[in-house]
Amino acid sequence: MNRFLLPLGAFLLLATVLAIGIRHAPEKGVIASPLLGKPAPQFSLPSLTDPARPVRSADLKGRWYLFNVWGTWCVECRAEHETLLRVHRAGVVPLIGLDWKDDDAQARNWLAQLGDPYQAVAVDRSGRAAIDWGVYGAPETFLVNPQGIVVYKHVGALTEETWTREILPRVSPPPPGKS
Amino acid sequence: MRGVRVWVVGAWVALGAGAAAWAVDPTELPNPVLQARYVTLTHELRCMQCQNESLADSPVDLAADLRREVRDLLLAGKSDDEIRAWMAARYGDFILFRPRYSLRNAWLWGAPGVLLLLGIVVAWRVVRQRATLVAADHEPIEEDGQP
Repeated sequence: MNRFLLPLGAFLLLATVLAIGIRHAPEKGVIASPLLGKPAPQFSLPSLTDPARPVRSADLKGRWYLFNVWGTWCVECRAEHETLLRVHRAGVVPLIGLDWKDDDAQARNWLAQLGDPYQAVAVDRSGRAAIDWGVYGAPETFLVNPQGIVVYKHVGALTEETWTREILPRVSPPPPGKS
Repeated sequence: MRGVRVWVVGAWVALGAGAAAWAVDPTELPNPVLQARYVTLTHELRCMQCQNESLADSPVDLAADLRREVRDLLLAGKSDDEIRAWMAARYGDFILFRPRYSLRNAWLWGAPGVLLLLGIVVAWRVVRQRATLVAADHEPIEEDGQP
């Protein structure tokens, strides 16, 4: 009896540890962002559509926004564009775009052709802003709360499911009659 | 015979040229100390896009951007630890090929020592048990098959 107790105990312990590990394993290939629960990076970047008005993080304080990193060279960004347009139409949370290492003319063309879901698009030609956000592959989408804290990050094309399951429940509905 | 030798030498030269072409990073810093630190750092930081390559080895755009950040931080007089922390603040500890000690992974660092101690205790108990068995055994040894 006693002879089997130790190996059995060791086996159960190992099985428990592995079960917890599998249960908590992050989605394969997705790296947890250290930004979650931390203040969103500060930025002040030229706007893609309006050269007179730079896009600044300071101006975004006090309300929710979705920060979406994209580029015309990014195949998955085209795949998520429909979802972005729906998010824009829903009017629950404004989309702020970050055009990452892209050609301005092509990016403007893309928005003219596919529709523009963004309230503003910041241009990150050097890629420095994307690095501050810990971006490692477009598209990536961050949800920032009115206190300027990053509360959620999605890597890869934004889907209807992610929107309804992860983002919508986190965003408090805006007061009626206010844009 | 001579033909074979020419071939072999030719192959080596071609390989050498190939190796030079694979070097993706032409960055040179103004002094050898900074250059050495740059080389070490870019080899121990992960390319987040290709994940199993270091920044130094990766030809992708993001790796080049991150190498530029390493260079700029070095030129700004930051220490190696400050640069590692700068990277980890953005990309998490995952970017460090050489993981840092932290409370979260303390059990991982400690586990080998704990397991070794456990093994020693088990081995010691087994050896002691066997010793008492032998001491208590007064029966003469009989070999199988002998009458």
